[in-house]
Amino acid sequence: MLQAESKRYGERAIKWLLALCALLSVLTTTAIVISLIGPTIGFFEIVPADEFFFGIDWTPQFEPPSFGVLSIVAGTLNVTLWGMLFAIPVGLGAAVYLSEYASPRVRKTVKPALEVLAGIPTVAIGFFAVSFILPEIIVPLWPEGLLGGAAGKPFLALAAGLGIGLMVVPIIASISEDAMSAVPRGLHEGAYALGATKAKVATKVIFPAALSGIVASIVLAISRAVGETMIVVLAAGSTPKFTLNPVESIQAMTSYIATTATGDISTGSVDYKSVFAVGTVLFAMTLVMNVVSIRLVRRYREVYE
Amino acid sequence: MEAGQASAPRNRLAVAGARATTEAMLRSQPRGDVIRNTVFAGLLLLAVGIALAGLLALLIQAFAKGSSALSLDLLTNPPSTAFPEKAGYRPAIIGSLQLVAGVILFVVPVGIGAAIYLEEYADNSRWWNRLVEINIQNLAAVPSIIYGILGLAFIVRGPLDLGFILAAGSLTLALLVLPMVIIASREALRAVPDSIRQGSLALGATQWQTIRTQVLPASIPGIATGVILAVSRALGETAPLLLVGATVFVTFDPTPFGTDGYSAMPVQIFNYALRPQEEFQALAAAGILVMLVVLLAMNSFAIWLRNRYEQRW
Repeated sequence: MLQAESKRYGERAIKWLLALCALLSVLTTTAIVISLIGPTIGFFEIVPADEFFFGIDWTPQFEPPSFGVLSIVAGTLNVTLWGMLFAIPVGLGAAVYLSEYASPRVRKTVKPALEVLAGIPTVAIGFFAVSFILPEIIVPLWPEGLLGGAAGKPFLALAAGLGIGLMVVPIIASISEDAMSAVPRGLHEGAYALGATKAKVATKVIFPAALSGIVASIVLAISRAVGETMIVVLAAGSTPKFTLNPVESIQAMTSYIATTATGDISTGSVDYKSVFAVGTVLFAMTLVMNVVSIRLVRRYREVYE
Repeated sequence: MEAGQASAPRNRLAVAGARATTEAMLRSQPRGDVIRNTVFAGLLLLAVGIALAGLLALLIQAFAKGSSALSLDLLTNPPSTAFPEKAGYRPAIIGSLQLVAGVILFVVPVGIGAAIYLEEYADNSRWWNRLVEINIQNLAAVPSIIYGILGLAFIVRGPLDLGFILAAGSLTLALLVLPMVIIASREALRAVPDSIRQGSLALGATQWQTIRTQVLPASIPGIATGVILAVSRALGETAPLLLVGATVFVTFDPTPFGTDGYSAMPVQIFNYALRPQEEFQALAAAGILVMLVVLLAMNSFAIWLRNRYEQRW
C-alpha cells in the first residue's frame, strides 16, 4: 500500500480553508434569513398579521397607518403580468428562431446582442422605460380613454412592465434555447423524415420535448421580474394601488423597500420593520420560484444529457 | 464519439431520403402547412426583431438625449444642483472604482476557493455538499434588493456594524455577485479533463499540487471570464447600494472607510434621472452612455478571452 511519508497537514489545511469558502455561501443565506426574520417578528408585534396579509390599503404615512401588503403585492404582480405578456412570446420566439431557424452566421450576431441586452444595468432600462417607452410608445398607441387612458400620466405600470419584459427576454431566450438544443437530433430527424414542416417540428416535437427547460426559464424570469427594483422605482411610480390596470401608477414591493429604507430611517420605527416584513414576503416568493426553476432545469438535464 | 461523427452524414442522407419518399407519397405538403410554416417563421423573425429593436432603441435614445452633456467635465466635475451644465460624475466614478476594487479583492479568492472545493474535493453523495450547491444556485437568483436588506441589517448595522461606509457597500455587492463567480469558476474547472488530474496524481503530485500547477492554470480563462462578468454586474447594480448608504448627493471624493457618505455611478444616474428638468435628464443619459461603454468593453473583453483561450482537449 502506497502512503505519503508525512501526514501532509498543509494539504488538509488547504482543503478546510476551501471548504470554508464554500460554507460562506450557506452563511450568506442564513444571514439573509436571520436579518429578515428578527425585525419581521418585531413588525407583527405592532401590526396584526391579518391586516398585513389580507388588507388592501398600504398607507404607512397616514395616521393611523395601514399595512395591507396585498396592495403592493398587486403592484408587483401588475408589472410582472404585463412584462411577461411581452417577454414570453418574444423570448420564446427568439429561442425557437435561434435553435431551429438561424444560420450559424445569424446566430453569431444575435446571441451576443442578447448577451449585451442581458448586461445592461437596470437603472438604464428604467430610464429608457420612463423617458422613451412611456411617452413615445405607450401614450401614442394606447386607445384614448381605455381603462382611464394613458395620456398625461408620468408613471405607468405598463411602462415598467415593458421595461422589465425587455430585461428578461434574454433570460427566457437563452435558457429555453439551451433546453431546445439539448433535444436529441434523432427526434428532429425522425419528424422531418415523416414529412413534417419546420413549424410542425418546432411546435409539436421540440417544444414539448424541451418543455421543462422552457417552463424553468419562464419561472426564473418571473422571479427576476418580481425582484426587480430600479425599473419599477423609475417608471411605475410610488402610489400603492390594489389593481392590475396597466395604465395606473402603482407601487411595487421592491420600490417600497428601496424608497423607505434609505440611510436616515430610524432603526426601531414601524416603517423600518415594515421594510423587513415586505422583504420577507418578497424573499419567500422568489425562493419558491427559484427552487422550482432549479428543479425543472435539472430534470431536462437528466433526461437528455 | 467517432462512430457518431461518421454516422452523421449517413443519418442526414437517410432523413432526406425518407422525407422525399414521404412527400412523394403525400404528393407534396398540404397547402395549409406551407402557409402556416411561413407565418410561423415570420412571427419568429418578428420576435427576434422586437428584442433587437428594443436594445437598439435604448442605445440610440441614451445617445440622443445624452450627447449634449457629453464632455470631459462629465467625468471630472462633481454633481451640482445649481449648475447642471457643469455637473458631472467625478465622486460617483471614484466611488464605483473603489466599490469594484473591493468586490474583486473579496470574490476572487473566496469565489475560486469555493469553486475548487465543490469541484475538486467535495463528495457529491453527501447531503451537505448538495445543499451547498442548491443554495448557491438559489443565491444567484435572490433579488438584489434583498442583498441590500442583508447589507443594512448585517453589515452596516448588526453583527458587523461597519456603519454607512463605502466598504460596507462593497462587501454587500461582493456577496451579491459571489454566486456568479462560483458557478462560472466551477464550469471552468469542470471543463478540465480528468486525465490531466490523473496524470499529475500518478506522477506523485499531491491533490493541492495537482490543482495549483495543472487544473487552475488550465481553467484561468474561464474563471477570468466569470469574474469580469460578475464585476460588470456589480458595477451596474443600484438597488442594494441605496439601502447601505450610497447617498445620492456626494460632492467630494469618497474614501473606503470615510463616514461622510459615498456615491456610485448608477446611484448618481438614478438621482439625475429622478429630476424632471431637461438638463438633468441629459446628464442621466450621458452617465448611462459612459457606463454602457465601460460595461460593453468589459463584456467584449470577457467574450474575447473566452473564445481566445478556450482549450479544446
